[in-house]
Amino acid sequence: MHAGVIVFPGSNCDRDLAVAFEAAGAKVSMIWHKETELPAGLDIIGVPGGFSYGDYLRCGAIAAQSPVCREMVRFAGRGGHVLGICNGFQVLTETGLLPGALMRNAGLKFVCRTVELRVETASSPFTRGYDEGQVVRFPVAHHDGNYTAQAAELERLEGEGRVAFRYLDNPNGSANDIAGIFSENRRVLGLMPHPERAIDPLQGGTDGQAMFAALAEVLEPA
Amino acid sequence: MKARVEVMLRQGVLDPQGEAVRHALAALGFDGVENVRQGKLIELELAESDPARAEAQVREMCEKLLANTVIESYRVEIV
Repeated sequence: MHAGVIVFPGSNCDRDLAVAFEAAGAKVSMIWHKETELPAGLDIIGVPGGFSYGDYLRCGAIAAQSPVCREMVRFAGRGGHVLGICNGFQVLTETGLLPGALMRNAGLKFVCRTVELRVETASSPFTRGYDEGQVVRFPVAHHDGNYTAQAAELERLEGEGRVAFRYLDNPNGSANDIAGIFSENRRVLGLMPHPERAIDPLQGGTDGQAMFAALAEVLEPA
Repeated sequence: MKARVEVMLRQGVLDPQGEAVRHALAALGFDGVENVRQGKLIELELAESDPARAEAQVREMCEKLLANTVIESYRVEIV
């Protein structure tokens, strides 16, 4: 698996994400936001957490207009896999690769703690290593994780089984307790919690490992 | 030519920041504030001198970047 991790000014989970991909056996290329071409032979793009462009205007809004994101949208259009975590999820909604938007947390506070999530479906390249209904523990660290979408869009996401993870105890006011969603072809996942911060016992948990291992299995050429 | 863009959360979208401001005003003794909504004001200086074309440009900027129309509405004023 060849993974590309995008680095924006203000990204701060880019190295953690690279380490998580590498631990699953991936070759990782870091991609600077000004790049107008993606490295050859990429299987997946990771959009990391952080505060791209200082969260100016809206979280993820400026990043979504960067040269590399235009290439990412094309990559996804060709059927490429994309994983957006935290600020990366915000970027994916701003590019339109995923529907909806992430608003300020309902409690107005930055929430930084480990949360429990229910895996809503195992039928995706990201979640096939989990059981449907399994509860996993990932850290969250965000101020704007309050997922919202218009009622018809929410209904569609639910109807098509595109909710990937749901909070057991909603930390941010997110609609339907949604923590992460898939694109229509299930090859794009955006989520607020950080699976890449749960891959080593030293981090306090290893529930994130199964996501990267599953991706490696799907994306490793036979 | 100058343009002023007002970006607000759409009606019906809960504005937690506006709510917090409303509570703080009540705590200061300002009774009777029934609702507070908080938004953004963006001022632009444009090379364009035709007001209609300027407005069309700014509306396109709003659709593409300045507002997220999933949750926000905008108003353009050419001044």
